[in-house]
Amino acid sequence: MTLRHKALIVDDEPQIRRLVQAALVRADYDVVEAGTARDALDMLRRERPAITLLDLGLPDRDGLELVPLIKQQSDTTLIIISARDATDEKVAALDLGADDYLTKPFDTEELLARVRVGLRNRIVRDGGSVRVVAGDVTVDLMAHVVTKGDAEVHLTPKEYALLAQLAKFPGRVITHRQIMTHVWPNEHDHHVEYLRVLVRTLRHKLEDDPQQPRLISNEPGIGYRLRA
Amino acid sequence: MNDSPRPDPQAILRQAEQEGRGRLKLFLGAAPGVGKTWEMLTDGRQRRASGVDVVIGVVETHGRRDTEALVHGHEIIPRRIVDHQGHVLGEMDLDAILARHPQIVLVDELAHSNAPGSRHPKRYQDVEELLAAGIDVYSTLNIQHIESLNDVVASFTRVRVRETVPDSILENADIEVVDLPPDELIERLKDGKVYIPQEASRALNHFFSKSNLTALRELALRRAAQAVDAQMLDYVRAHALAGSFAAGERVIVAVSEHPGADGLVRSAKRLADALRAPWTAVHIETQRSAQLTSDERARLADSFALASRLGAETSTVPATDVADGLRRFAMDARATQLVIGKSARSWWFELRHGSVVDRLVRDSGQIAVHVLPAEAEASRRAPARHVVDKRWGQPRDYIWSMLMVAAVTMLGRLLLEAIDLGNVALLYLVPVMFAAATFGLRAGLAVGVASSLAYNFFFLPPTGTLTVSNPENIISIIVFLGVAIVTSQFAARMHAQAALAQSSARQNATLAGFSRQLTASASMEDIQHIICADIARLFDVRTVLLTPSPQGPQLRAAYPPEDRLDEIERAAARWAMEHDQPAGRGSSTLTASDWLFHPVRAKNGVLAAIGLAREDAGEPLRSDQVPLLMSLLDQAAIALDRMALEADMVEAGHIRERDRLRSALLSSVSHDLRTPLTTIMSAVQALRIGYSDDLVDTLDVEAQRLARFVANLLDMARVEAGVLPMKAEATDLFDAVASAVHDTRASLAGREIKVAIPPDIPLVRADPVLLHHILINLLDNAGRYGDPGTAVTILGTRSPDGIDLSVIDEGPGIIAGMEQRVFDTFTRLEGSDRAKTGTGLGLAIVKAFAEAMGFAVEARSNTDPAGACFILHIANRLIFTTLPPESDT
Repeated sequence: MTLRHKALIVDDEPQIRRLVQAALVRADYDVVEAGTARDALDMLRRERPAITLLDLGLPDRDGLELVPLIKQQSDTTLIIISARDATDEKVAALDLGADDYLTKPFDTEELLARVRVGLRNRIVRDGGSVRVVAGDVTVDLMAHVVTKGDAEVHLTPKEYALLAQLAKFPGRVITHRQIMTHVWPNEHDHHVEYLRVLVRTLRHKLEDDPQQPRLISNEPGIGYRLRA
Repeated sequence: MNDSPRPDPQAILRQAEQEGRGRLKLFLGAAPGVGKTWEMLTDGRQRRASGVDVVIGVVETHGRRDTEALVHGHEIIPRRIVDHQGHVLGEMDLDAILARHPQIVLVDELAHSNAPGSRHPKRYQDVEELLAAGIDVYSTLNIQHIESLNDVVASFTRVRVRETVPDSILENADIEVVDLPPDELIERLKDGKVYIPQEASRALNHFFSKSNLTALRELALRRAAQAVDAQMLDYVRAHALAGSFAAGERVIVAVSEHPGADGLVRSAKRLADALRAPWTAVHIETQRSAQLTSDERARLADSFALASRLGAETSTVPATDVADGLRRFAMDARATQLVIGKSARSWWFELRHGSVVDRLVRDSGQIAVHVLPAEAEASRRAPARHVVDKRWGQPRDYIWSMLMVAAVTMLGRLLLEAIDLGNVALLYLVPVMFAAATFGLRAGLAVGVASSLAYNFFFLPPTGTLTVSNPENIISIIVFLGVAIVTSQFAARMHAQAALAQSSARQNATLAGFSRQLTASASMEDIQHIICADIARLFDVRTVLLTPSPQGPQLRAAYPPEDRLDEIERAAARWAMEHDQPAGRGSSTLTASDWLFHPVRAKNGVLAAIGLAREDAGEPLRSDQVPLLMSLLDQAAIALDRMALEADMVEAGHIRERDRLRSALLSSVSHDLRTPLTTIMSAVQALRIGYSDDLVDTLDVEAQRLARFVANLLDMARVEAGVLPMKAEATDLFDAVASAVHDTRASLAGREIKVAIPPDIPLVRADPVLLHHILINLLDNAGRYGDPGTAVTILGTRSPDGIDLSVIDEGPGIIAGMEQRVFDTFTRLEGSDRAKTGTGLGLAIVKAFAEAMGFAVEARSNTDPAGACFILHIANRLIFTTLPPESDT
């Protein structure tokens, strides 16, 4: 890939910014930084970064308010960096349009992996592939066909709707609510127990060992992720 | 007097009691077969469709196809099977419904009698219990099962039902009449659409005649209208709505101390029965009531007791004037009929005060006034004698009066030389006016007569005789008498007004002083003491003050100091507080007590009870003292309420402040610790890219350990601060295990992870984040204490008590006796020869998190293979036993 992607780091701690910058530069990204919400919005307009890493604890504005603003202003891939125990905050940010999240203290390798997934999704969204491969499972989003190995897997419409929603953004966490509004579009009160049961039946059809699932992984309290 | 309508506190109270209770909706029908059950199920279905949690407690479909179709889709609480003398009966399972606690439960056939040995003999009692638990109940009832109509229905249908429900259950119910015209019902009967038990079919043939059905239908509609009316009355009272409401009939009878009152009460009862109307006996208490003899009081109490027995409500209303008080009460109660007795008062009394009857008839507006003759059984002499006694005054008054007449006579003799005879007559006016003004009408008249006699005898020619030669002198006699009458009238009126003003000034001063003292006091104890001391002083009684507590009434203050109360006194105090009514001596409850207890009520409930007793064990309170006591208790309630509220606010403020500090500290500490940690960890990883060095590896491992330690410390701080966020939801154990295994892959590197959980294990109710931390800590623990290279097993088993989820390692296990202590903070596995790196917090967090979600944890040693085993017990109540039905099309 010759194109160098530009990344924006928004964090009020200079040390963190420096280290994240070092890691990203090593991985061949152009990096710009912002320490406040105001600077961040400003940078976003001027630099048009492909990816934005946003810490929710900013001095001048609630990070959650910033999420929809960022998504309105640009098509940057937005990854939230937040404290380990702020599950509600993560879900809120994801439901507001953030693409993924990362928990502090984080592993640099994990950070780079998330950034790569985010950028790949961006390419897919821009009109790329409609075939998603996860392990030996292939999801053809155009033909609505799912194969495992060489054999076609027969899914019920709801199972397919669930899988398709995860496969549209492989590697990215999709919140319970995002999945449920897609799978049960006519229901207003969503019961997570229906989703749990549906995930279980889907795993039985797709996973090698449903006892230790690898394709569809769970983010406790947040949502599910298709491991591509 | 203030005539604007005021909300009736009793009515507000009744409405308030309804809140928190479930509501009863009754589908009332005239006869079997009108479709009550069908209607109830349809209604239940609609509620269910709009998201309300509706279950069926018991429904009899009698095999009707359309009804059975409606039962489908409802959750049905299985019936309790009762074996009664070889018959297997299915009764409603009250406990199961209470445990399930739906929003609405459908209970068919309210009048049903339960099988012997059930908790309540009747189903309506089960329903009462459900309502008390806050569950709404929909139920069905036929009109002939209502207690008061049982006789009426039996009289024209010749069918008497044994199963009845009391009328009171209808009072607070929403009633929906399920109506079907008689012709259609008979049609349905012919078509076999009405369920009739075999043995009763012949009797019922008569029952279902058109005339019977028409009459039953009318009864049902009328009873429903009556219930609605009663509820409207409460509403009107609670909201103090004035204006004309189209209400049903309501009878009020005025009860006085006169002997004919019992007859009036009986007449009112007959009138009320004829109109099928509720009725109330009322006594208007005026100033005159204070002068009643004890016989009269007893008679009044008897009349009230009679009225109660005959089904009336009773009420005593203070007012300045009988006619006005009655009129006001009748308007407040929305009365349509007022029954009063023909006045037993003298024409003389009426001439002066106006006739109560006339004024009532004139001012009563829409209300029909029935004036009934007082029954002749008792003489009017008894009260008359009493009045006479009072008005004749003291003999001393007459002696004084006569002495004055004598003095004036002597003075007149002396002055006769100097003044005219006519002026001497004027002198006599002085004793007449004095006696009339001071001693009353009769003394004044006596002096008038005596004066005219003396004037006649000593001054009028021929003196020394009582002969009147000059007709002019007749006039002077008439004048004396006239002056006596007029003066005594004015004087009596002034006396009465002065006395009234004095007593009300005294009362106001007392109240003001009481309220000032209460406002000035700063502690609960002070207030309680002031209440006791002031009431004791004002009524010349001993007082105690008790407050409610879970252990029963607690003595808080007494005047004079008193430290013990008998069991009966405590019982009376408790009753007074629980029922918000006076109890003990002089009330209608627990009268054997020497003490009279009055509740002290504020808007949020009864705050205390005040007890009064007299040293000589007499009646603690006269009825004319009750209003003053009530006013004092109102003030007391406000003061007690204010104190309790202040205490609550201070306490709430403390708690809020403490919580705020705690969470501020926690979030600041966690931020301040995490930021440098993240930096260090990232820096170490950056270093590792260049080097492969032991020192850097050590740095990395220790940084990870520090991160884990900080995370555990913060978790523990959260547990101890009580600010653990909990959000329990349906959780799949496969999910929980898989993500925990994924997140501990570093510390479990080189080990085989075995997961053995039955594929059909139910979902559990848990906070996914807390469960995740529990499993991470357990897996981490297994990774550290298990022998190198051995496997870690995660085992899920279903037992009758629930689900057990175990994390098992192979290694030294836990030393015997340490199984409980491993969960204590900073306990480390002892006896291990290798240096283990743990924080000593992991298992304590496991236990705290597990308990927060209602799980139990257990640690034990396994022998084959040897190792430690940690078990999470998940009780059945936290398990989703039935997976939700899912139509997947």
